[in-house]
Amino acid sequence: MDVSVTVNGTTYARDVEPRKLLIHFLRDDLDLTGSHVGCDTGNCGACSILVDGTLVKSCMLLAVQADGAKIETVEGLSENGELTALQQSFNEHHALQCGYCTPGMLMSATALLRDNPSPSEDEIKKALQGNICRCTGYWNIFDAVKAVAK
Amino acid sequence: MLLREVEYAKPGSVAEALELLAANDGARALAGGQTLINVMKARAASPDMLVDLNGLAELRGIELAGDGTLTIGAMTTYTELMRSAEAKARPILGEVCATIADVQVRNRGTIGGNVCSNDPTNHLPPLMVAVGATMTVLGAGGERDVAAEDFFLGVYMTAVGPGELLTRIAIPAGKKDGFAAVTLGAEGTCICNAAATVNGSVRVALGCVDAVPVVIHADSPEGVADAVRAAAIDPPSDVHASADYRLHLAAVLATRAAKEAAAR
Repeated sequence: MDVSVTVNGTTYARDVEPRKLLIHFLRDDLDLTGSHVGCDTGNCGACSILVDGTLVKSCMLLAVQADGAKIETVEGLSENGELTALQQSFNEHHALQCGYCTPGMLMSATALLRDNPSPSEDEIKKALQGNICRCTGYWNIFDAVKAVAK
Repeated sequence: MLLREVEYAKPGSVAEALELLAANDGARALAGGQTLINVMKARAASPDMLVDLNGLAELRGIELAGDGTLTIGAMTTYTELMRSAEAKARPILGEVCATIADVQVRNRGTIGGNVCSNDPTNHLPPLMVAVGATMTVLGAGGERDVAAEDFFLGVYMTAVGPGELLTRIAIPAGKKDGFAAVTLGAEGTCICNAAATVNGSVRVALGCVDAVPVVIHADSPEGVADAVRAAAIDPPSDVHASADYRLHLAAVLATRAAKEAAAR
């Protein structure tokens, strides 16, 4: 099926099998490998992206469902090589170790801060509930988000 | 993960969706997909065709009538229910939706998908029964209203037949509701849940203890635990909980939900 999506400002048109998950379309067809496949069961959140501004797990959507959508992935956060304040804060707070969950964490935290620029610690924790990290114990991630909250 | 080959259709109207479902034996409605896509990965379900209901505005939206009745489109997401000013007319709805999975799942998952999948561990089937919801089912033969108590027929089975769709859910006005659940992790798989409504007497719907929600009546929250024990429930044992433990939880959670409802 013909699918046209705009990812981080660039429009891509491709012929896609209906059974292909959106995460595999991004990684394998568009070579946008920033979003990760962690669990493939909808639990870990490493594949989290924004579709028309809404945070979703891209392993639980078909690529064909994204036809016409505006998609944002971790590759689109920084501009001209400049990290966003949130990305810089992850760096400064050592909010990652292996980095596997980081793309999803960044997209979930980005969605939170757009919706609620001054989240409480409890709101940060709830917003990141769908993202699993097995290295950091989460505290540095919460600190990194808190530091850029207004 | 690679799914089995599947056809995909995106109908432009509910009428077209019904035609597609009726004309294709192996067709299945795709709502939020937060259950269906995953069971397709595991090949526990292998539909030949997915009829995507996303994009059908007729199935979305929340309306509040003058008498306080809420009418909720089947494709309304949990997040929409949590944020809706109208849905505050029955606060328990948004409160329970806020305990389902996580932000990402709540952004896609729908009230209609939750009740139509009728997984016995879902939160919304017992809640719909407790609040006395009415489900509207549409098919080639026309539209019919089904009381929530009669809607859930068995594990993964509802009154929505082949070639039919749940289009909307009507929920009467009310505030004296409560909900309690024990889950694996804060928002994980449910071991037992209970939804209660107080309207003179107490009415509790228990989830995870049978194929369909079990309704318990009592005069007061204090009498709920005995009513649960007297109801001859025979819950399943599984890797998460024994039958005895589930039965114990049923009495505890039913009482908790009833007390919360009575205190409002």
